[in-house]
Amino acid sequence: MFRRERSIPLRGSAAALCNNLSVLQLPVRNLTHFGVVHGPSAQLLSAAPEGVPLAQRQLQAKEGAGVSPPLITQVHWCVLPFRVLLVLTSHRGIQMYESDGSVMVYWHALDAGDASLVQAVFARGIAASGHFICVGMWSGRVLVFDIPAKGPNIVLSEELAGHQTPVTDIATEPAQGQDCVADVVTADDSGLLCVWRSGPKFKLLTRIPGFGVPCPSVQLWQGTIAAGYGNGQVRLYEASTGTLHVQIDAHARAICALDLAPELLSAAEDTFVHIWKLSRSPEGGYIEVEHCHGECVPDTQVCGARFCDPSGSSFAVTGYDLAEILRFSSILSPVQQRKGRPNWPTCYKQRRIQSPTAHRSSPLPTRSCCQHTVSHW
Amino acid sequence: MLRAAWRALSSIRTQAVTQAPVLGLPGGGCAKLLSVQRDLPSRPGGLILRAARGYATQKPVQPSHEDDPLPSMLLKDYQDIPGIEKVDDVVKKILSLEMANQKEKLKIKKEQLMKKVVENPKDTGSLEARILNDIISTMFNRKFMEELFKPQELYSKKALRTVYDRLAHASIMRLNQASMDKDVLLVTFNHLDAIKGFIQDSPTILHQVDETFQQLTETYGGLSAGEFQLIRQTLLIFFQDLHIRVSIFLKDKVQNSSGRFVLPVSGPLPWGTKVPGLIRTFNHKGEEVRKAEFKHGGSYVAAPKEGSFELYGDRVLKLGTNMYSVNRPVETHMSGASENLAAQTQESIAPNPLAKEELNLLARLIGGMEIKKPSGPEPGFRLNLFTTDEEEEQAALTRPEELSYEVINIQATQDQQTNEELARIMGEFEILDQPRRSASKGDDLLAMMDEL
Repeated sequence: MFRRERSIPLRGSAAALCNNLSVLQLPVRNLTHFGVVHGPSAQLLSAAPEGVPLAQRQLQAKEGAGVSPPLITQVHWCVLPFRVLLVLTSHRGIQMYESDGSVMVYWHALDAGDASLVQAVFARGIAASGHFICVGMWSGRVLVFDIPAKGPNIVLSEELAGHQTPVTDIATEPAQGQDCVADVVTADDSGLLCVWRSGPKFKLLTRIPGFGVPCPSVQLWQGTIAAGYGNGQVRLYEASTGTLHVQIDAHARAICALDLAPELLSAAEDTFVHIWKLSRSPEGGYIEVEHCHGECVPDTQVCGARFCDPSGSSFAVTGYDLAEILRFSSILSPVQQRKGRPNWPTCYKQRRIQSPTAHRSSPLPTRSCCQHTVSHW
Repeated sequence: MLRAAWRALSSIRTQAVTQAPVLGLPGGGCAKLLSVQRDLPSRPGGLILRAARGYATQKPVQPSHEDDPLPSMLLKDYQDIPGIEKVDDVVKKILSLEMANQKEKLKIKKEQLMKKVVENPKDTGSLEARILNDIISTMFNRKFMEELFKPQELYSKKALRTVYDRLAHASIMRLNQASMDKDVLLVTFNHLDAIKGFIQDSPTILHQVDETFQQLTETYGGLSAGEFQLIRQTLLIFFQDLHIRVSIFLKDKVQNSSGRFVLPVSGPLPWGTKVPGLIRTFNHKGEEVRKAEFKHGGSYVAAPKEGSFELYGDRVLKLGTNMYSVNRPVETHMSGASENLAAQTQESIAPNPLAKEELNLLARLIGGMEIKKPSGPEPGFRLNLFTTDEEEEQAALTRPEELSYEVINIQATQDQQTNEELARIMGEFEILDQPRRSASKGDDLLAMMDEL
């Protein structure tokens, strides 16, 4: 169902981190931005739909106190209502740039004050919720920054204390309009998931224990939490109550990346990438999962995977020590892909993706779709 | 480890030539380490200096040459073919070490050494075992270990290389594959077990290793899975972009020719991971509603039990054990790419009559071997362009008659004229029998090694 497309070459290979691929889709400009961590530097590149690389840029982690060059833990684009920021977390601090990586807008140094000598100090886990950006820390705390619509006047608004072990990933979802809807999930090394409601003051809604197995990757979509664990399992929970819906023994090694675009994409170090179809059953109201496709990337420890377009018909994969981004796209036309989807006028295979209906009026939330102009590199 | 020993031996020679030969065996090696110690951020160099001084007062040891391979010994690649002894003398001469270059001789010598070390772990008297003991005791020096265990950031590649250059290890560190948290610790324990096997007789060194064991358990036993992941990811950053091909990995098909490690999609799972393939759905009360299966593309088996973290125990994990102690099947020597290697490796050690026949044909062609009148039909071997005999017969049947081809007869049998020609060529191969025996055998061997 998916076939391999042309790979995008990288200047440096990808590091063996979790969630080591960030994708910013710009359908208006027909561009896709990719971000991959190399080690002490992060690579950003923009590509046309066919995978032709257009521009590249490398960002270095800012030096601080310490002997060796700092390592970057994650790079992620945060889509806010009025701007897009690129956030880099490293072993020294948090760096925020304009979306093309040209100007550093904010720098927050990590305070290693209460870390014992054996603990590593780093920031990891980045997500945007409304006009806030949440970044996780090694101590388990989550820093919440308030981002203005313009300019570098970013303020640390809150520090959430929900975790005792280092944070691994944060996922958010645009609030559905009601008051008590959960829209932020944080995960940590002990597998604990904390579900919050964002606002001027964040409120902890529920906790989902993990029993010691780390949760390197978590996603949130329509009130469903998808969490991938270090023992290869993917679990789907109800965000508001924390009840377990589905447990999938998906992989033979630790999961390293998840994406949700209404299909679930899971990638792990066992060289496999799986795509699952989620749907809500009409009776009972529980979630049904069906396995759509499995892709084996031979001899590659996959470290990042994301969908490249809102409908989930193409995805990109990075692997440890691999100096390219692998791309896969669906060979079925969108009509065939699943029922109930609006008909696109053109067949996807012919690659005429000029649809201005990228922001269609369906109830599905559009993920990471940027509606404002972003300066081209 | 043996490569380190060779390098140590060659470094002795350079030391001996340039300075007075006072420094002993590992002292020479450690002296080299000291010269670049300014690259090391902490102080293990200073501690090795003290160890080196201890060795410097020992009597210098010369490498033994009594067991140089005999010139009549066959080349390494042809040694294990059964029936090779019965082959004609002329062929034996061609395949022997007399006509081979120094590299072949060294290959055989290396193999002998490795066999000695692996098969006779109790033999502490020989030079090889002594080298091992020295290296291990230097490495596990208590103070050095204490320094190592202090929490610190990753060394630069250069600094670490300096340390490992002299303290090389014989077992592997396949960090890519070690998956669940504690697996990394089990691999380290496997390494230590293998080392303990080498030094069984020396109680002091054994004690050092045991102490290291305790320290390992103390430091790393309490770490969580997430912290192990972090350690592993940081170590992988160190190995990133290094595509060094190691011959034993290539041989074992653990590494491809591009330098990437092979990640198998089958095999045992780490402890705590379930076999993928199951989707379980629950309702809001927490009861299981549905169970579905999906195809996941690999063939995994669950781990039988958890590995032991005690001082002595069954680690269960195979990763980290000694790769050199496994017997390898004979491979026909190929200079091509590794695909050729995979296709033509002789897997069976059972007598292969084809090989024998090939060698006989070779002997016949060169001339000199009398053809014994075969009692039955000529055994020989014939060229088969198809994978099996049946296919060949089928192809012969289906071949249309009009496409008759001309049979070109290759006159490969005895021909008086060609025989004389070949005999003359053979005569030119005669070695002028003056072995180059120089005054000191030591220089000879070391000169050989330098040419490598």
